[in-house]
Amino acid sequence: MPLNLSIAVVAIPLFMFFFLGLAGVKMSRKLTGVLGVLGMLVTTVLAYGVAFTYFFGTGDGQVTAEGVRQAVIVWNPDWLAFTPTLVARMGIALDPIAAMMLVVITTISLMVHLYSLGYMSDHHGNPEKGFQRFYADLALFTFSMLGLVVATNLFQIFIFFEMVGVSSYLLIGFYFHSPAAIHASKKAFIVTRLADLFFLLGIMILSYYTGTFDFFNQNGMVGMTDSMDAAKAAIGSAGAQTFMGCSVMAWALTFIFIGGAGKSAMYPLHIWLPDAMEGPTPVSALIHAATMVVAGVFLVARLFPLYVIEQGAMDIICVVGAFTAFYAAAIACVQSDIKRALAFSTISQIAFMMTSLAVSSADNGLIEIHEGYGLGYMASMFHLFTHAMFKALLFLCAGAIIHAVHSNENKDMHGLHKYMPITSFAFLIGCLAIAGIPPFAGFWSKDEILVACYEKGLGWGLWMSAVAGMTAFYMFRIYFLIFHWKEHKVHTEHKPADQVWTMTLPLIILSVVSIVAGFVPMHDLVTWDGKELHTQLNWVVAGSSVAIACVGIGLAYVMYFKENPLPSKMKNSMNGLWTAAYHRFYMDELYQFITHKVIFKAICVPIAWFDRKFIDGFMNMLADVTNRAAYGVRRMQSGSIQSYVYVYIMGALLIAVVSIVCVLM
Amino acid sequence: MDLTLLMYLVPSLIMFGCGVYGFLTRKNMIAIMISLELMLNSVDINFVVFNRYLFPLSNEGMFFTLFAIAIAAAETALALAIIINVFRALKNVDITEINKLKF
Repeated sequence: MPLNLSIAVVAIPLFMFFFLGLAGVKMSRKLTGVLGVLGMLVTTVLAYGVAFTYFFGTGDGQVTAEGVRQAVIVWNPDWLAFTPTLVARMGIALDPIAAMMLVVITTISLMVHLYSLGYMSDHHGNPEKGFQRFYADLALFTFSMLGLVVATNLFQIFIFFEMVGVSSYLLIGFYFHSPAAIHASKKAFIVTRLADLFFLLGIMILSYYTGTFDFFNQNGMVGMTDSMDAAKAAIGSAGAQTFMGCSVMAWALTFIFIGGAGKSAMYPLHIWLPDAMEGPTPVSALIHAATMVVAGVFLVARLFPLYVIEQGAMDIICVVGAFTAFYAAAIACVQSDIKRALAFSTISQIAFMMTSLAVSSADNGLIEIHEGYGLGYMASMFHLFTHAMFKALLFLCAGAIIHAVHSNENKDMHGLHKYMPITSFAFLIGCLAIAGIPPFAGFWSKDEILVACYEKGLGWGLWMSAVAGMTAFYMFRIYFLIFHWKEHKVHTEHKPADQVWTMTLPLIILSVVSIVAGFVPMHDLVTWDGKELHTQLNWVVAGSSVAIACVGIGLAYVMYFKENPLPSKMKNSMNGLWTAAYHRFYMDELYQFITHKVIFKAICVPIAWFDRKFIDGFMNMLADVTNRAAYGVRRMQSGSIQSYVYVYIMGALLIAVVSIVCVLM
Repeated sequence: MDLTLLMYLVPSLIMFGCGVYGFLTRKNMIAIMISLELMLNSVDINFVVFNRYLFPLSNEGMFFTLFAIAIAAAETALALAIIINVFRALKNVDITEINKLKF
């Protein structure tokens, strides 16, 4: 299959967006949904073909040269020429991570499209309003995300960054009649937009010093190391420039990371993600678990050749990632709303990916490629891949459960295993995968991450291992609270049960994927320099991480499998900590305080007062004086000839008298 | 007794004064126009008299006067036409009442 078909992969969702968005209202809901799914199916098949050709193609389609997998620029027309050398282009480039992301995005998107046929068809028994709009927005999101991953340059990635932000906004606010959804969508948009401001600053600095937006050279197939040489040269030239003690390149890369951190919900820009769960659950699965939230990780991975040179920026990412992983995991341990707990789990897992990327440059101040170097990069991309699968699975299960019991709170669930066996097994597989139990997908990728962390330093490794243990604990806490704990209180009007096949089929497919995804030979396929990375299972790390995960699961089993007073005892024994974690360590309140009390009250109110009293007041005074003067002068221009003549004659007489007096004196 | 310059100028001045006074105080548009004519005629007299006494060898003052009389007649006709139209429209020629075009 020719790689040119990747153009179609991106174009079909865009077409579906316009088609479903414009013609959707004229079509029946069922037809819209089926067309949406079919469009996505075609896209998925094409994307698989393109990715397969890219990775395994031989003959004409071969992209490896001397054992190094090359990036392919499929299509790259000029779009905006700022200067003869600084040109923003819009195009499609394929490299290992782009090809991998094509697979991830289209798979999850197809599953979500299919799942939504069932999930969105009714809303508490009534037909869901805006079904067509939902499918159009899904298509828009898929297009934006695909455009983001195949971007050939920073400028294009920024544009698509904004576009995924917009589609996320539209989909979070899908239930626009609910105030909570409106607030959540606004919050998500504003927070990520604020982060994108830094991203834009970073792009400006970077493009100013390197003179280009492009990731790859323009001469068709080029090795990824070429872009690194260009970056080295750029950093060499800009390296002498410093601002506040850091090189400009460090500033630029940190700013770009902040943009990515906003999208990827890194502390302290994570506050929008839990609230984004107000959107429909399939949207949470697609956007806020699997694809859009990893855009930040993808961005850092895309600029990885620059980041490895700039150790300072990497250290920031490392610290932020490691802290966020722990922080979000701690909160996830006590949340009662299953979607929110899953959201914090997502934040924690994305932080794993970020940390993994950041530890990749361990112990090298200089560019020196050694064995095992770039392991973190591979592990991060691997985890991105597997996490997308099992987290989407968990969210879709959560959607099925919510659909069955009409509540997000786990106190309304309990003991659903008997009623929803398929969902229960799917959820269990997702939990095992995220906890890192072999042979499920999460084990393989998380193990690589931990190995990379231990390579950076023992402290980093232990920290991340501990967080991995917490992951196992909170995931099984959720699982046991939903499916076991005690008998489900059955309401007479309807019994919870497994949902229709359109919702169950994606669960089964994703379960299978979650089991086998770990066996994808990612270290051969997705590496930062395109070369194969020789890794082997580190038995010490693997064994210890499995042991830690088992301890976490065991703890969860003891506390939450059967109804018992242990959890409430625990809660009472460390009430302060529990409450703080339940309230997400008061980050939202802190933001509220900073924005309302500090920024609004202390800065905006005085500025507004000054504006009203002084700026407006001065202008109003000018207008007022003019007005009053005109009002006074108005009486002089009476239009009465007689009074004019009177004044004239009096004036003439006065002048006459004065002149006579002057002459006489 | 010879007629002196002053003997012409004093009545002319009185006439002009009457014209000014009438122009300022009358409310009737016709009366205002008559006052205007008075002022104009006193100026005409001055023209003629100054020509006669100061420059007896030239006739420009006379010509100017004739011109002024002719133009004044035309202008009076025009003014009367306006006044008649105003009267037809408003049934009134009181200048204090006619302020529709003001402001």
